This record gives sequence, structure tokens and C-alpha cells, in this order.
Amino acid sequence: MTMQTVFERPKSLKDVPSHFCPGCHHGLIHRLVAQNLDRLGLQQQTIGVASVGCSVFLYAYLDVDVIESPHGRAPAVATGAKRVQSDKFVFTYQGDGDLAAIGTSEIIHAANRGEAFSVLFVNNTTYGMTGGQMAPTTLLGQESATSPGGRSAERDGHPIRMAELLAQLDGVAYSTRVAVDNPQHVRQADKAIEKAFRLQRDEGRFAFVEILSTCPTNWGMDPRQANARVAEEMIPCFPLGTFKDTQSQEGNQ
Amino acid sequence: MTYDVFMAGFGGQGVLMMGDLLARAAIFEGKNVSYYPSYGVEKRGGAATCTVVISDQEVGSPVIGQPGAAIILNQLSCDKYLEKVRPGGFCLLNSSLIELPANPRDDINLLSAPLTEIARETGGDRLLNMVSLGAYVTATGAVDAASLEKALEQALPKRNHRFIPMNIEAIKRGAALVEK
Amino acid sequence: MSQSTPARVFLKGNEAVCYGAIEAGCRYYFGYPITPQSEIPALMSSELPKHGGQFLQAESEVASINMLLGASACGARAMTSSSSPGISLKQEGISYLAGSELPGLIVNISRSGPGLGGIDASQADYFQAVKGGGHGDYRMIVLAPHSVQEMYDLTMHAFDLSDRYRMPAMLLGDSLVGQMKEAIELRPRPEVELPAKDWIVTGKGERSEQRIVKSLFLGDGELEAHNRHLQAKAEALRANEVMAEEVALDDAELVLVAFGAAARIAKTAVRMARETGLKVGMLRPITLFPFPERHLARLAETARRFLCIELNTGQMVEDVRLAVNGRREVHFYGRPPGTGSLPTPEELYEQIRESY
Repeated sequence: MTMQTVFERPKSLKDVPSHFCPGCHHGLIHRLVAQNLDRLGLQQQTIGVASVGCSVFLYAYLDVDVIESPHGRAPAVATGAKRVQSDKFVFTYQGDGDLAAIGTSEIIHAANRGEAFSVLFVNNTTYGMTGGQMAPTTLLGQESATSPGGRSAERDGHPIRMAELLAQLDGVAYSTRVAVDNPQHVRQADKAIEKAFRLQRDEGRFAFVEILSTCPTNWGMDPRQANARVAEEMIPCFPLGTFKDTQSQEGNQ
Repeated sequence: MTYDVFMAGFGGQGVLMMGDLLARAAIFEGKNVSYYPSYGVEKRGGAATCTVVISDQEVGSPVIGQPGAAIILNQLSCDKYLEKVRPGGFCLLNSSLIELPANPRDDINLLSAPLTEIARETGGDRLLNMVSLGAYVTATGAVDAASLEKALEQALPKRNHRFIPMNIEAIKRGAALVEK
Repeated sequence: MSQSTPARVFLKGNEAVCYGAIEAGCRYYFGYPITPQSEIPALMSSELPKHGGQFLQAESEVASINMLLGASACGARAMTSSSSPGISLKQEGISYLAGSELPGLIVNISRSGPGLGGIDASQADYFQAVKGGGHGDYRMIVLAPHSVQEMYDLTMHAFDLSDRYRMPAMLLGDSLVGQMKEAIELRPRPEVELPAKDWIVTGKGERSEQRIVKSLFLGDGELEAHNRHLQAKAEALRANEVMAEEVALDDAELVLVAFGAAARIAKTAVRMARETGLKVGMLRPITLFPFPERHLARLAETARRFLCIELNTGQMVEDVRLAVNGRREVHFYGRPPGTGSLPTPEELYEQIRESY
């Protein structure tokens, strides 16, 4: 009897134990990145740009060349890299503190220039690595290490919606928000990443994929509660969908 | 032999172009040269000054506290810089725009002439710097007037080469001020 | 004109930097506008495309230094330029370049500060350049040209040193050497042998091992070892790469120490002093890091006194005093930079007489 492999570790993903907390979505998102690198045959020509935060260990899990960038500067580092190695596949992998706070200038201008790389933006509404401080994406009322009593709109402003914001820029080919909290969402996220990667590989276009993610440790929840919070609290504030798609006219909301 | 000259006026009088041309002319003669411009943050109308040092030796400082010569084109610059000219040095003053002080210096070779008017008679106010340069090189012998001609050809874009004869005429008018 | 003597061309210092960089094989420039170095981005934007290179005006100095980081990690010779306030913004990236062992050229046509300061010739960024303006225990190669020819030559040399030691390099100038024009020779790039860049990221290609360019080291003892490695490179620079010009030092009783614009002005003052019979010479550090400390220690055996001259209130003089190590008096004369405060040779000559 012949056995058929129906599920295996992508080649681009290293066979190593993960340091991520139980219930954290980073591991799952890493896997989606790896399987799309495999699917599109990109592993050997990929240059990943890691950012600062839990995402910095990208190179510990993905078996590709990686440049580690200063906090928030991944889109600038990727700009320099892609301009030199224009035939290679370049992506950044950034968290919300990195991309939506300290690195807003770099992401907006790289997107506006329409740089030929892809951006994966992991939004978990908090600073994970530094211990759960308030992020620009922290929800109103959400308790954090630096918003005791909850985020207040008057004091702290509102959560920032990056996928919608970047969709306004002419340099962006595709801007979308996905989640990985259930199998259907995981499949949609997989497709979104594939589409973003194809846009770079085939057309040299800039694409942005925001991925809603959990941070059970800093949210003070168990993995199941954290996973449920994505649908209950995050998606109402950060609606899933595609905000710009230059390939599909009806894709623009 | 070393020549140093300080040039001052307001932006638009062609002070920097004048220094640049003198430096190029000296380079044609195989000299070592430094040209150091200095101007206000305004793009137009601010003070414009430059210093040119021409030498057979290595040029040391491109800035000079007491220059051996000065070309001063407006009142403000005269008030500020006339006193700095080295005793025994040469100073050209544009009397079209400068009222001489009651006791002008008698320890320098001072030539005061209506340079702007002469430029205007020759073909336009823009020739002020060429008239001045003609007077300066003739008074000091820093470079040959012929080298200035070569410098003009090098510094001006081809499309402006038709203005060269007029510039040369202005240099001659300046030279005549000294020869008189 | 023989082929071995390149034509002399009349250039601004800032323009000479551009031609030096292009001759050195630099094909990527990232920068943000600031006075008094605007000629550099302007000329690079028109020249680089002619050589198959790219010029990119970044959204900030922060972005531009990080673009350089990305380009350098991918193996390119790349540069950025700015002036003091902009160089402050680049310090984060410079620290990461040092930590990640990435080469790259940073040109600082410095201006006066602190804060917005002014646009005049200034040497107020000496500390920032040589003592590590960014965080961490690192060194950076710092070269200080004093002529337009050196703006050209040292730009090429900075790229070579930077590649050899995998360390960022700074060309530290100011508006005097940047705005001054002189006739220079556009010499061909010197032929030097450099180690292969076997560490750059290119995508794995045929490799089985991934390459990582990074500055984060969390393993037990890893960071200490990394820092010791960085310091060993700094030590090698101190041993092998010091450059200084000696001016009339043979019998000098008073030794001036000055770099860049201050040294250029002081050269005339030394000449004036010699003409009046004073035994005065000058040591001009060309590399500010590595600093010519052994030159100075040697001079401390023969000279009577030192006079350090700077366009600031006293920065390099601290390094001069360390090198002289109390054996001789070290005088200092500095002018804090600002409009109208550039010292003249006559003024420095008076200082020489006072210190002599």
C-alpha cells in the first residue's frame, strides 16, 4: 500500500522548536509564509527583512537569507536591498509597534514609492516582546502595561487601521487584512500572502498583508480565550477584507 | 609669488562668478588656486563674498584676514571690509554705490570708480564683475587678461559664448581705468 | 598631456566627493536634503544613472541610512551624505551598521550646532564622529580631508577601508572644504586587494546555509565575543591605517595639532611663523579614527609644547592630551563655529606667538 503525504513541514521552514508562547499566532503565520515561498519556488532567491519585537527571530525559523533591521526601519532596509538585488524576492515581517508606531514614516514612503517588495504586518494590538505595552493598534478600553484602566481615546487616540490607510497610496498594488483564528480564515490568509508574493514576483509590485494575531501572554488569556478574542473584539475594529486590489476592480471597498 | 583677493557685494552682482573666473584663469597659467565662496542663507539679495588665493606654492589658508587686494562693490561691504585690506595692498571700490568715508585709507592703493555705470555703458549692469576683474588684474598682475578670456570659454555654457566679446570689452574697460 | 597625468579640473569639495565615490564603484546613494552639502545629492542624482547606479531621495535621514544598510547587506558600495543635524538622525543606523559589520560611507559636511545652529564651517561633531555617536561599544573609521583633492582621494580610500574592515566609514568635512573650489586630478581608483564579500545576502541560490546579517546576539557569551571581535578590528586599524600629515616638524619646538579646515588655515599661520624665525610645525591627523596617538607620543619627546586648534570649544584636544600623556603642555585655541567666526591665519599666528 502506498502512503500519500497530505501534510508536511514546508521546506522553507526549519525543523526547530519554537520559542513563541502557547497560542501565539506567529508560528502559524511563519508557516504560511514558508509554504508560499515553497509554492512559488522562491526559497533560494528570498531575502527576508526581520524587524524588532517577537518577529526578530524570523531567521531562526525560516531557512532563507535574512537582514535584521532596526526598529521600524525594515521597509527602508528592504528598499536598499531590493534596489541592489532587484531580481531577488524581498519581504519584510513586522509587528504593530514596529510598523504602525516607530516605523510609520518608513512604511508609508516605501508604499508610496511602490517599492517592489511585500510587507507582512502582524497586528496583535500590543508590544509582545517588551511586555504588553500599549500599541497604536491597542483597542479602546484594552488594558495594557502602559494603559492601566484601558486605552482612552482622549488620552491615547484611536487604534490605527494600517491596511485601510495604505490603500490610499498610489504605489500600493494590494492592501488587505486577514486573520488566522479559524481554518477558513487561515485559508484566506494563505491566499492573500500568495497573491502578495505573486504581485512582487510577476509584476514587481508593492503589496501589504495585515494579519490579525493573538498575544495570549500579554493579553492575560489562555490560548483558546485569546483565539476567540480575535473574532469577538479585534475584527469589529479591524474588519477583514481587501481595501485595494489593482488587479480586481470590485476588490476595492 | 602669492596673490590673494577678497571680493564682496550683494547677491546678483556677480561676485562669485568673478572669483570663479579669476581662479580658472590662474589654473590656466599653471598656478595653485583656492576659491572660497561665502554667502547668506538667502538665495537672492544677501551678502556675497569670496576669497581667491593664487600661488606658485601649495595654497595654505583659503581664507585671509588681511587680504592683499579687495574688490568691493556695495556700501555695506565697504563699511565692513575696507579696513581689512593689508597695508600696501590694493582696493577697488564701486563708487556707483559707495560713498567714500571722510578719511579714506591712505596706506593702500585705493581705486574708486563708477563701475556700475561703466558696466551699463558697455552693455549692461551684469558686466559689473567683468569691469571690476579687468581693473583688478591690470592693477595687480595676478593673471593675464588673455587667461580670463580662456576662463570665460570654459566657465560659460556654449549657448552663452556669443556674450564673450561683450565680456572681453568690459574687462578692457576695467583695465583702462588702471592704465589711465 | 600624458596619459599618466590626469587633467586638472576645477571642482567644489562636495562635487569631488561625488566623483571620488563613483570612481570607487559606489552605485547607490540615499539621502535627504540639508545645507551645506546639497551639491552632493544634486550631482549624484544626475551622475549615478549614467553609471548604471541609483539615486534615491529618502523620506528622512533615518530612512536613508537604513536604505544604505540594506544595500550594503546585499553587497553594494553605497553611501549617504548629510550635515550635522541629519547625521544625528543617522546615528541609530550607524550603530546597527557597526554591530552588523556592514561597510558604507557616511559623509558629514558638518555645520554648527547644537540644535539647528548655523551653516558655517564647524568641527563641533568631532566627538560624535570618533567617540561613537550611536549606542554601543563601537568604532567608526573617520577621515578628515583638508583640500578638494583629499575630498576626492579620501572618499575612495574610505570605501576601501570600510570594505576591508567591514566597518562604516565617515568622511568628516565642513562647509569650508565642501564649498571651496580647487583644481584637482581625478586620479583613477587605486588598485587594492580586498577580502571577498562572502557574507552578503543574495538569496540562498546554490548555498545550503542561510546567511544572516544581524546585530542581535542573545546566546551565552555570544555578544561579549562579538564585541571583542569588533574591538580587534579597531585595534588592527590603529596598528595599520593611521594617516597624518607632518608639516615642518623636523626641528619644531611648538607643534600645532589641527585637522580639516582648521589645519588648512593653520598651514598659512605655520608659514608665517617660520618666516619670522619661530620653530613651529604641525601634525595634521587625516584619520581621526584611528587617531595618530603614536605620532604625538613621539613628538612629545622632542617638542617643547603643543597647540591644538579646532573650530569648536575643545574636542580633539582631549585625545591630544591623552597621547601626550602629561609630558608636555598642551594649549588649546578654538573658535566656536558661527557666522563670522572662522579664524584667519593672522589670528592663528598670534596664538602661535602666545604659545611659543
